[in-house]
Amino acid sequence: MRLTQGTFSYLPDLSDEQITKQIQYALENGWPISIEYTDDPHPRNTYWEMWALPMFDVHDAAPIMDELAKAREAHPDEYIKIEAYDARLGRQTTALSFIVNRPRREPGFRVERQGRADRQMGYSLHPYAADRPRGERYKGANGLPWTT
Amino acid sequence: MSDSATATNGETATKERWESGVTPYAQMGYWDPDYVPKDTDVLCAFRVTPQPGVDPIEAAAAVAGESSTATWTVVWTDRLTAHEHYQAKAYRLDPVPGNPEQYIAYIAYDLDLFEEGSIANLTSSIIGNVFGFKALKALRLEDMRIPLAYVKTFQGPPHGIVMEREYLNKYGRPLLGATTKPKLGLSAKNYGRVVYEALRGGLDFTKDDENINSQPFMRWRDRYLFCMEAVNRAEGATGEVKGHYLNVTAADMEAMYERAEFAKELGSVIIMMDLTVGYTAMTSMSKWARKNGVLLHLHRAGHGTYTRQKSHGVSFRVIAKWARLLGVDHVHAGTVVGKLEGDPNTTKGFYDTLREDFTPANPLTGLYFDQHWASLAPVMPVASGGIHAGQMHQLLHYLGEDVVLQFGGGTIGHPDGIAAGATANRVALEAMILARNEGRDYLSEGPDILRDAARSCAPLARALDIWKDVVFDYASTDTPDAVPTPSY
Repeated sequence: MRLTQGTFSYLPDLSDEQITKQIQYALENGWPISIEYTDDPHPRNTYWEMWALPMFDVHDAAPIMDELAKAREAHPDEYIKIEAYDARLGRQTTALSFIVNRPRREPGFRVERQGRADRQMGYSLHPYAADRPRGERYKGANGLPWTT
Repeated sequence: MSDSATATNGETATKERWESGVTPYAQMGYWDPDYVPKDTDVLCAFRVTPQPGVDPIEAAAAVAGESSTATWTVVWTDRLTAHEHYQAKAYRLDPVPGNPEQYIAYIAYDLDLFEEGSIANLTSSIIGNVFGFKALKALRLEDMRIPLAYVKTFQGPPHGIVMEREYLNKYGRPLLGATTKPKLGLSAKNYGRVVYEALRGGLDFTKDDENINSQPFMRWRDRYLFCMEAVNRAEGATGEVKGHYLNVTAADMEAMYERAEFAKELGSVIIMMDLTVGYTAMTSMSKWARKNGVLLHLHRAGHGTYTRQKSHGVSFRVIAKWARLLGVDHVHAGTVVGKLEGDPNTTKGFYDTLREDFTPANPLTGLYFDQHWASLAPVMPVASGGIHAGQMHQLLHYLGEDVVLQFGGGTIGHPDGIAAGATANRVALEAMILARNEGRDYLSEGPDILRDAARSCAPLARALDIWKDVVFDYASTDTPDAVPTPSY
């Protein structure tokens, strides 16, 4: 499956040129950029790992793209997203958030049902990848990364 | 008839004022052109159409009188009160350009007239009796200035736009929804199928329609169970948070609470109610939603009966203010381009009222007063009714980013199925946001942007083809006086 969190997941994966333009748009709006990554794609996993601190005083997309390259190198088989933050009064929240790196294989989720009284059903969502410990979640049976 | 009846000095004037019988409202103190409104006053702008032969000043004074302390005759018991304090004062009267029959009357009400946090009380005063007044041919409440002191007595939206986005983990684009169709007749299982397909295809929300409550063909509890199966399956298929607005509208408050509690137990992120339940019931549900962490959507069912005609009723911008005060997270507010009433400027006035923390008076958007909200949470407007993927550039242009775009027919009517319809809408939206952020002139290049996106998305190509000629081009009835505006 394809994880469709983020602003642009229904489009073909963005090229670096397209990512740069989105970062420029954010910077023009005064929104600092941060990079976050995870290997737990659960939609309620709010706190992805921060790749360093938000880049508050960076006003050019180039150094941000350099950071993204480093993050991709360190976490090639994980999800990485670009976050733009709007600190204006009345917003003070994320303004734009889109995935810029994915594991080569996305195994998806298991929907678990727990039957209860009166035909009620309890549901929980379980990412298959989370069956394994951190660092091994997106590897094949031989312990190597999935090949496409 | 006197232009000014503020003269209450002198024995003769006092005697005349309190003489038994019928005294013109203007002479009873309800017309006061020298009155300077206080920051704490509730201010109203009424469009007044007096009956032929009725002095417009007297008509304005009558509106002030009948919406505050007056009755048709002089009562001595007024003298037991500080009556001048409680009297509403019509303080300004403007002729309407191009319409010699109509006037805009500005009326100030002291805050003491209203119960804290009660839209029911506010509306019983302001629109309680006066709209049936015989001396007026027609009357419309155009706008209200809610003083900050009164704003602060209201809870406001249970969550608001920021909390909704953080709760749903969705940023940087409008949210997408669809109302399940056909709106009546589907069994619970078939209904849930529509929900599942639309959500897995790419919508964020699906929605009960206003008249889906608990009918013989589908009882509420069954619908909730099947819809939540659909919602959870779709979350598993996409890894996104999904929601279905479960309508809790019912005949009585006890039933509404019962349905809302069940929706919460099932894990629904959102419920909805209809405007028809009334201001008190809506306020109760708002408090319930805040307490229970469930988003609250409001369908403005019935509003067209009193908001649409320009000469009589209540403008939707007033309903929008009341909805924000009593507190809902979503409310339908027009599409501009779709099948329902919606002049672009007037609709912008509604959207600004719901979303901004301060809206200045602006004749172009039909706003008569400056309005401060003191950080009362904003409401997410919902655009619904006859919209489709091919209009995405116009929708983004007119309605902005903090909006739920609801494509009912535009999703479910897709020739390749509901999921394909949902995907077409989502791809169109993301492509348009991408283009806008890249600095493209997306409004004029919109059709090109959509065609490009359709190259890698067959469902979008089909959608653009099938709905390419669908436009709803009728003149709007509810337009600002200031400018003649085109309709879309």
